[in-house]
Amino acid sequence: MGAAPASRDVTSYGMGLAAPLALFFLLFFVAPLLQLLWLSLHNDTAGLHWGLGQYLHFLTDPFSLGVLGSTLLLGAEVTAVCLVLGFPIAWLYQRVGPKLQTIIILIVLLPLLTSVVVRTFAWIVILGRQGIINATLQSLGVIDTPLKLLYTQFGVVIALAQVQMPLMTLPLITALGRIDPNFDDASCSLGAGSWRTFFRIVLPLSLPGVIAGCTLTYAAAITAFITQSLIGGGQMLFMPMYLYQQASTLQNWPFASAISIIFLLAVLAVVSVFTTLGRMSRGYGGA
Amino acid sequence: MADAPNGRSLVVDAVTHRYPSGALAVENINLDVKGGEIIALLGPSGCGKTTLLRIIAGFIAQTQGRIIIGDDIVDALPPNKRAVGIVFQNYALFPHLSISENVAYGLAARGIDKAARQREAQRLLELVQLPTMAERLPRQLSGGQQQRVALARALAIKPSILLLDEPFAALDKNLRLDMQIEVKRLQRVSGITTLIVTHDQEEALSMADRVAVLSHGKLEQFGSPSDVYDRPQTLFVNTFVGSTNRMPGVVVSADRTAAKVRLDAGAEIIARPVGGALSEGGRVTVCIRPEHLQFVGDETGFAGVVGMSLPLGATVVHEVTTADGSGVKVSQARIGETRALENGAAVRLAPLAPSLANAFPATL
Ligand SMILES: Nc1ncnc2c1ncn2[C@@H]1O[C@H](COP(=O)(O)OP(=O)(O)O)[C@@H](O)[C@H]1O
Ligand SMILES: [Mg+2]
Repeated sequence: MGAAPASRDVTSYGMGLAAPLALFFLLFFVAPLLQLLWLSLHNDTAGLHWGLGQYLHFLTDPFSLGVLGSTLLLGAEVTAVCLVLGFPIAWLYQRVGPKLQTIIILIVLLPLLTSVVVRTFAWIVILGRQGIINATLQSLGVIDTPLKLLYTQFGVVIALAQVQMPLMTLPLITALGRIDPNFDDASCSLGAGSWRTFFRIVLPLSLPGVIAGCTLTYAAAITAFITQSLIGGGQMLFMPMYLYQQASTLQNWPFASAISIIFLLAVLAVVSVFTTLGRMSRGYGGA
Repeated sequence: MADAPNGRSLVVDAVTHRYPSGALAVENINLDVKGGEIIALLGPSGCGKTTLLRIIAGFIAQTQGRIIIGDDIVDALPPNKRAVGIVFQNYALFPHLSISENVAYGLAARGIDKAARQREAQRLLELVQLPTMAERLPRQLSGGQQQRVALARALAIKPSILLLDEPFAALDKNLRLDMQIEVKRLQRVSGITTLIVTHDQEEALSMADRVAVLSHGKLEQFGSPSDVYDRPQTLFVNTFVGSTNRMPGVVVSADRTAAKVRLDAGAEIIARPVGGALSEGGRVTVCIRPEHLQFVGDETGFAGVVGMSLPLGATVVHEVTTADGSGVKVSQARIGETRALENGAAVRLAPLAPSLANAFPATL
């Protein structure tokens, strides 16, 4: 290192500063992950026989595959809801005065300031049989018998969407803020209406934000153990709970490990699809 | 561009605009622009040029007054229905669309089919001398090239009015001259009524058929470049367009065409009264351009001491300090061997002719 040219020094300083974090990751992330991998490669709970049995079991078991599928689908649904609801908020944010901007930011950030548990219980109050929605609809005479909202896929998606909304809205606000306001004017003066301007200019240029928001929301939604379990109840099983049952209740550590490795790979696959899309959109050289 | 609906007139009729914040950006502006003219909106930063441009384009609804293009009052029309082409200062080319897609953007919005769009885009790119750039992205082009594309994109919709907001401010000096010539050429070819916003008086004088000088949201003067330069109607125009020496003084006697003024610098000169009759004994500001002052040998004119002399190519500019302590610039054509003036030399100065000194009533 001593003989390295002066320009290299900057880089080595940077590495040095990153060392504590690297060590932290090594100890508390990489090491457990390796242990998990090691465990998952055993065919018996005692960990005596090596083999790919756990993986084979998961990949040939329709129930396990069903849980994986419904978890990935849940993530997609939550992400879609967040995108559809979050985009207009972010768009509005860039077009209102500073006072309204503060209010919007506050509303967007508010969920982050309360605990996930509290927010989830609030949703139970809202969605329950005697909850706010059912009580309102019944008193208005819209329905006779209460709707089943809690312990349904719909309920889980709505609650998760609200809980994860900031993860979508904040990157979108940033991305839309980077778009030169003259583009709107230019498009309009060239004869384009608002919809054409939106689909041809605003949406493509905000794609990096859309992809960042989708990645974050997706990853957060499929791993949201508390909300999934409390709103979904016993009838609905998603990967985090499945994993928990295998590890904690059934003490089947090798199978639980295999589940988590498969889950991890599935999430990585989805995220890498997002980031590839992101890189392609950035290839446009966006603003 | 024979098929362009060129040459539509533009009337800005008593337009006033107050922003919601309360700022009065534009106040009672009247402009009558003939079809096919190039007009420069000239004024210092913050005088309301962009605001007026955005009102004409339809991005801002003015507080009062009307905009009339051709025979139509367009106040009720949104920007996308006005057929007004704009070139933005930062060009605002869509970064994710190719050059040809940028140029064809307005045509697509008008529902013209793809083949026709591409043909038209290619024709326009040839017009702005960039026929080989069609497939590139904006960021792969230089500033001057991007500006040509922005022009082509605005011209593609065959606008009845072309607006350019400080179009050359971001270009370096040589490129700026090229682009000024280019814009003037395109305007001649297309015959489109054009409004150029600028704070650069040279640019305004060299490019425009007529110049509208703005100050603090008000129209100071609207006339040909020689009107504005040689016969300024206000003190602001006289000082903002071209350079000038402002010399305070007192009116000795005055009629409608000439005023005898005793300068504080210590001489009586004849000046042209501007902006109404002057009253005897009233204070005035006399404006004399550096090139309209001459060194005189006799006892006429006012005395001064030469400070610095700057040779500026074809002319030499001398800084002279007068008796009242103010500085005056004198510009001399460099003909043969110009008499070298020593630093500290005592000289006497007088205007070349009475019509070249303008006397404005002094504002307190
Ligand atoms: N959106 C706005 N809101 C409030 N005031 C504005 C706005 N835009 C411009 N102004 C004010 O209006 C005046 C004219 O601005 P502008 O038209 O941009 O001038 P110019 O283009 O000649 O520099 C300035 O005093 C400016 O501060
Ligand atoms: Mg401006």
